[in-house]
Amino acid sequence: MIRPAVLALAAALILPPLLPPFYVTLAAYVGLAAIVATGLVLLTGISGQTSFGQASFVGIAAYAAALLDGRPFTGLLAGLAAAGVVAWLLGFITARLSGHFLALCSVAWGLSFYSLFGTLPWLHGFNGIGGIAALPFAPGPRAGLAVVWAVVALGLWGAQNLLDSRSGRALRALNGARLMAESMGVDTVRLARGVFVLAALYAAAAGFLFAHVQRFISPTPFGLTASIEYLFMIILGGADRLAGALLGAVLVVVLRDALTDWVPRLTGAPGSYEAMAFSLLVIVMLHHAPRGVLSLLPQGRAAAPRPAAPPPPPPVQPIAAAGGEPVLLLDRISRRFGGLAANQDVSLAVHAGEIVALIGPNGAGKSTLFNIASGVLPPSAGSVRLFGRVLGALPARRRAALGLARTFQHVRLLQGETVRDNIALGAHLAGRAGMLRALLRLDRAEEARLRAAAEAAAARVGLADRLDTPAGDLPLGQQRIVEIARALCLTPRLLLLDEPAAGLRHLEKERLADLLRQLRASGMAVLLVEHDMGFVMRLADRVVVMDFGQTIAAGPPAQVRADPAVRDAYLGGVA
Amino acid sequence: MNLFVLLTLLQDGLTTGAIYLLLAVGLLIVFSVTRVIFVPQGDLLALAALTVAQLEAGSVPGTLWLLDALAVLAVLADLLAGSRWRALRWLPVPALVTLATLFGPRAAAWYAMPLGLAIITPFGPLLWRLVFRRAAGATMLTLLILAMALHFVLEGAGMVLFGPDGAATAPLTEAAFAVGPLTLSGQSLAVVGLCAALVALLRWFFGATIEGKALRAAASDRLGARLVGIDAARSGGLAFALAAFVAALSGVLIAALTPIGYDTGFAIGLKGFVAAIVGGLVSYPAAAAGAVLVGVLESLGSFWASAYRDVIVYALLVPVLLLLSWRGRRAGEET
Amino acid sequence: MSEALLSVDNLAAGHGRVEVLHGISLSVAAHQVVAIVGPNGAGKSTLMAAIMGLLPRTGRIRFAGAEAGSTEAMVAAGAVLVPETRALFTEMSVRDNLLLGAYRHRASAAQSLAEVFATFPRLEERQRQRTATLSGGERQMLALGRALMARPRLLLLDEPSLGLAPRIVRDIFAVLARLRADGIAILLVEQNARAALALADHACVLEMGEVVLQGPSAALAADPRVVASYLGTGE
Repeated sequence: MIRPAVLALAAALILPPLLPPFYVTLAAYVGLAAIVATGLVLLTGISGQTSFGQASFVGIAAYAAALLDGRPFTGLLAGLAAAGVVAWLLGFITARLSGHFLALCSVAWGLSFYSLFGTLPWLHGFNGIGGIAALPFAPGPRAGLAVVWAVVALGLWGAQNLLDSRSGRALRALNGARLMAESMGVDTVRLARGVFVLAALYAAAAGFLFAHVQRFISPTPFGLTASIEYLFMIILGGADRLAGALLGAVLVVVLRDALTDWVPRLTGAPGSYEAMAFSLLVIVMLHHAPRGVLSLLPQGRAAAPRPAAPPPPPPVQPIAAAGGEPVLLLDRISRRFGGLAANQDVSLAVHAGEIVALIGPNGAGKSTLFNIASGVLPPSAGSVRLFGRVLGALPARRRAALGLARTFQHVRLLQGETVRDNIALGAHLAGRAGMLRALLRLDRAEEARLRAAAEAAAARVGLADRLDTPAGDLPLGQQRIVEIARALCLTPRLLLLDEPAAGLRHLEKERLADLLRQLRASGMAVLLVEHDMGFVMRLADRVVVMDFGQTIAAGPPAQVRADPAVRDAYLGGVA
Repeated sequence: MNLFVLLTLLQDGLTTGAIYLLLAVGLLIVFSVTRVIFVPQGDLLALAALTVAQLEAGSVPGTLWLLDALAVLAVLADLLAGSRWRALRWLPVPALVTLATLFGPRAAAWYAMPLGLAIITPFGPLLWRLVFRRAAGATMLTLLILAMALHFVLEGAGMVLFGPDGAATAPLTEAAFAVGPLTLSGQSLAVVGLCAALVALLRWFFGATIEGKALRAAASDRLGARLVGIDAARSGGLAFALAAFVAALSGVLIAALTPIGYDTGFAIGLKGFVAAIVGGLVSYPAAAAGAVLVGVLESLGSFWASAYRDVIVYALLVPVLLLLSWRGRRAGEET
Repeated sequence: MSEALLSVDNLAAGHGRVEVLHGISLSVAAHQVVAIVGPNGAGKSTLMAAIMGLLPRTGRIRFAGAEAGSTEAMVAAGAVLVPETRALFTEMSVRDNLLLGAYRHRASAAQSLAEVFATFPRLEERQRQRTATLSGGERQMLALGRALMARPRLLLLDEPSLGLAPRIVRDIFAVLARLRADGIAILLVEQNARAALALADHACVLEMGEVVLQGPSAALAADPRVVASYLGTGE
């Protein structure tokens, strides 16, 4: 499959000399739109933040270019800086919002900027600013076209690199899996803000080019309608892929142009029907391809080269000596939800080199305790000590950095991404490269290291031959194993597993038990919630039984099994 | 600025605030039942105003034919989807409204306003059927984009059917009352009174009738609603009908205060949004406070800095959203 | 023998791209309690949802002598599911929740309400309260009560004992026994295998989305595999 950046580069080389004059302008518009749409794919399609305000950033940079006409380099820097700073400030709000709040908030700022472009006296209102010089190194429209498409290619190349990186994986997790990402150590608020600024910079680059290619600007192309059109582009093309930005830009700009040309001829009335016809087309297309036109094309997922045999699982590195101070100490934890006491005075300790199982009927409060230990929920009373530190409201992501890793009862994987990428998300904290380094492809050595770590973790849990499978295609039991591999990528000292054996076949359970024994031998502390009694009793060093929010028994498996309170509450309270 | 001006501005603000409240309620109903942000509500508002203005002038509004066309399309869509006689259920209301327009005393003020509401209200369920129901399982973003596209379609339709000029409708009353130095306009009082009555009516509908409760149930727990046998498609249609009615009424009321053009609806609808957001998209009393706040701010803003009054209203969103995001950390979030 | 009240034949269903149930066949006769036991993740809840038409499915399901249709049609025909989450309308009053249970059976609503209040006096005491203020046990009573408002011929219960204290679980199971005596058939998913098998006439063991064992519940309760995995006394 040809990558979109290559297509754009080809367009930059081929289109300018070949296109008839009329189409040169049209192709330049397509290119400018594609630049904005590329940023929007990153922001909306990939990380799930809907923006109805991208045209504002185009406008900010375009006005900067126009005001600093004659000094294009300064104009470019000023435009990027202005858009970047505005986005950075808006990001304080947007990065914490999601869904409709963000969308509507962006409508508001989109309208506000439009209104400012129209009213601020030094921007010349709706008369606009004309006579802007062409770029010195691209005097004619054809040269301008070449520059525009070269920038399209550059933008797509950067975006491709970004998506194929540590930050890219985390960005995908922003879209509906923030809690999981935080548990892997991702600072989601900071990342959301980063991608917001990045998308604004893409828009600003387009704005700079717009001013110098069109050579006249007025508020109209920077209004809400324009912002909505950018969203139409990515939704129609396919919001979750970069090729969607390219396809969408072509579709929308060309269709609009064709309709402006044809509709008046058909209806005999100029200027009334195009917007309507265009929007009707959008509705019909969305009915037939709700995930974008791109999703209708045959999927050419590149077949990655497969190693002949999966590498042998790497030896487990020793982590800590067994025994000593507890790795995790929950001291008289209580947690209430409204009137419901989910946990009451629960205490529990897990030491290095020990497997502790937490059992009890569904609804006994195990998950609540689990969430308190992992930092998702604060306790109403009681304290949590992790690695000897008393943790107040330390968020999940800081706990991850300290060496705590977890899995989720309801599997939280990025269903469309490969097993490798899902697991590599667990290695987030093992890397440092930010978005900028990823964009410029300066993160390759580190990225190779993270991938190797992911592949090693996969090999250890027996998933080496499924690395390129989309996680959503695995059976649920295997998806749980992917979660374990992801957790192992954090190289944790404490592993929290929520029903790891659910949905596994007998042999798979045995293999999981072997793996957990190995980890225990290396000094890792493991706390698991599990329902399969056989599995628990064979594996755990100690078993803690909860019922009705309280601990009713704790001790070695044999002792707990014989406890009459346990038999009554857990194994058959009614009979 | 003296007290007199302030009071006049407050009166204006309260009047428009009452209308924003109606719109906010319509948005909340549709959103909580169907997850659609009903952007085109503002366009229905404009279409209603223009329709009534044209009826009052004695002519047959183009929206009537649009309504009939949508009804026929809905029948075809149902037939294509495999239903048989039930597909015809879209026809009676538009047919009745068409007859009432063609043969009734449409220019009479007492007749034109209810007739206009009757023409615009069925747009709600018809648009739900034709545009949104098919995508009911799609992502919220796709639904939002559909709503945006529909907004452009309806705005275009307004331009084509009614031309670029704005129109005003006859006020409900020309009366005015002098209270000290202040003149209370009868129309303002009527608007506030009607809005209050409608809100009370809606409260009764949602609180005391089984259909109203079913709608609340559909909004509260989608799975639970299906499990007691509430038809999701029907709830959606009902929610859209309510929203369309509310929008149409707002349009007729507001057009007596200020002329409405085919393209003014969107901005008005957006202020309804702001009111709904200030209310946190969840609570009706909070939305009411938000609506009045938006109306008053706008009114004051247009006095002090008329060029920036919209910016002032939208800027109101910033502290509210910040507060919401602090309180809920990530408002409107997955779990 | 007459046709079973519910018959499921070669049912397959799943969430998104993952097929969770593969070729399930089972039937529930009128007046019969059928228990489904199996580990978490075996597909028990998915089975309930698929029968109710909440998920896309393949295979054949007949209920009360007709092809099973949409969820609304199933409710109208007398099949009512109480899901694991209970799916109550938490912001509405207890009474409104119950009345909505009779949404498809409005004519008998008043009589059903009296019967539900007779079965669960607690609900009558709390009828004006907001549902969110109820305790776990009261919520389960309300969920059952709401289901009974629809005058069901078949109740599908997903983990009715979930999160409840033993005493309340006993109460709930006593109610279920009474409902069976009144002629309501029950399809019961229950983690508390012992209680489920004690109540049921017939049982299926579901593992990895397949029925691996089925038969009279007494026979299953004695089966060594069931004892080891689900009754917890094995090894």
